[in-house]
Amino acid sequence: MSVPADSERGLLEAVRRIAEEVAAAAADDVDRNARFPAEALEALRGAGALSAAVPEALGGQGASLETIARCCFELGRRCSSTAMVFAMHQIQVLTIARHLDGAPWFESYLRELHQEQRLIASATSEVGTGGDMSRSIAAATPEGEGVLSFEKQAPTVSYGAHADDLLTTLRRTPDAEPGDQVLALTKSGQAELEPAGAWDTLGMRGTCSPGFLVRARFASEQVLAAPFAEVMNQSMVPLSHILWSHVWLGIATDAFERARAFLRASARRRPGEPLPAAARLSHVMAELTLLRGEVSQALHDFQADDVDDRARLMTMASVLRFNNLKLAASEHAPSVCAGALEVVGIVGYRNDTPYSVGRHLRDALSARLMVANERLHATDAALLLIAKEP
Amino acid sequence: MNDDTRTVIRRVLREHARLPVDVDTLGDDADLFAAGMTSHASVNLMLALEDAFDIEFPDRMLTRGVFDSVSAIAAAITELSGDGEPSAAGGGT
Ligand SMILES: Cc1cc2nc3c(=O)[nH]c(=O)nc-3n(C[C@H](O)[C@H](O)[C@H](O)COP(=O)(O)OP(=O)(O)OC[C@H]3O[C@@H](n4cnc5c(N)ncnc54)[C@H](O)[C@@H]3O)c2cc1C
Repeated sequence: MSVPADSERGLLEAVRRIAEEVAAAAADDVDRNARFPAEALEALRGAGALSAAVPEALGGQGASLETIARCCFELGRRCSSTAMVFAMHQIQVLTIARHLDGAPWFESYLRELHQEQRLIASATSEVGTGGDMSRSIAAATPEGEGVLSFEKQAPTVSYGAHADDLLTTLRRTPDAEPGDQVLALTKSGQAELEPAGAWDTLGMRGTCSPGFLVRARFASEQVLAAPFAEVMNQSMVPLSHILWSHVWLGIATDAFERARAFLRASARRRPGEPLPAAARLSHVMAELTLLRGEVSQALHDFQADDVDDRARLMTMASVLRFNNLKLAASEHAPSVCAGALEVVGIVGYRNDTPYSVGRHLRDALSARLMVANERLHATDAALLLIAKEP
Repeated sequence: MNDDTRTVIRRVLREHARLPVDVDTLGDDADLFAAGMTSHASVNLMLALEDAFDIEFPDRMLTRGVFDSVSAIAAAITELSGDGEPSAAGGGT
């Protein structure tokens, strides 16, 4: 890993402090009440962290993906929901920044995002297409005089009620095919989100991600001009899998640390007595090490292709690579949490001890559903027939 | 580039691309994905093209852009096979 610049180290330090002092303190309450982690988001705004990925030329910090990923990991260790909100927001900002291609509306939007520390939610999944980002039903509909509108049934919009702006996938026109898509950014006054149901879930409760019927009217320059296939393959999908995985790695790491702290405390209480659970924890550590290796290797692979030749991110080999990251991370992170639970036993199963890991396990289980793993396997099953490298 | 290659490409498209429209209504430069080809169908198309032209597309060429029109496919095949003729020779490694 390269050494981050001073400003980036400052950002990482600030986020780590917010994770430890603000997010950690509220995590149980956020989880119990399925409420938005407002205090952590306020603190992140105060540190200017919501514009970390905005290029310096547009007023932001232009932080590297490594630093942003590291921030996701640090937040994930303390409050999964805060970390996932932060990660999703950074994915939308990076997507815009990487594909705006000099468009004046998007440049001034990012300046504004920096000044006002605006938060972006996303509506890519849809009732009828599920987690398949490459197809849409809702369409950008011309209303005359450069105005567009859409109506989209979004099954899950994280922090939809708390975000300033919304990034939405749409068909290019009302008569376009489902795969002929664009990405539109609408601002708070332009989109109306009518809640469709509540968010009372097993985990990731603080992401507050119910369904919404979204209705919006906006100017045509709020549609990103870059071809959607490029936006999806060079940014949205690989960046989602990389930053989500850092969040899940953070959750798994904290579950492991709690189990280790529990065993240390037991060992101190009864010095010299056998500690059979330590062997079980050694197995958990081995799995965590594997998970950490894959998560950092994937980040490294992405950056190598991104710097070298961004077109390589368009290949099927690249799709397979970052799908495999998501599959591995989403299976191993909950497995590490379940292992930690077995090590700690009933003390970890209880929700009110310093060694509780139930929340970690519940939060980490969302990873497999956040775009269903079987859906990714179905895609990979087709691609592996034609791709040449393993 | 010759007409023969394009004829074979169109035959393969008709059999494997599962387009909602007749391929003959599309020009050589028409975007096949915009015309409704799914990513899943595009993989079957690639396999069928490898078979029909006895070639192997290397990973660097396996991108959506290389298969998004009759012309783009023809250019890729020419690059790989030298002459763009459907043939039983060469190809692969
Ligand atoms: C915590 C959390 C936050 C989220 N936040 C957002 C957000 O902010 N914005 C947003 O747009 N979305 C969000 N989502 C939605 C998510 O991205 C998925 O769209 C959602 O989980 C439903 O889509 P799916 O593909 O997983 O399942 P579905 O498409 O509903 O699939 C249902 C079932 O079919 C199976 N299945 C689907 N396709 C195949 C296939 N090809 N082969 C075999 N089996 C298949 C699945 O395994 C599953 O069992 C969030 C999800 C979670 C869990």
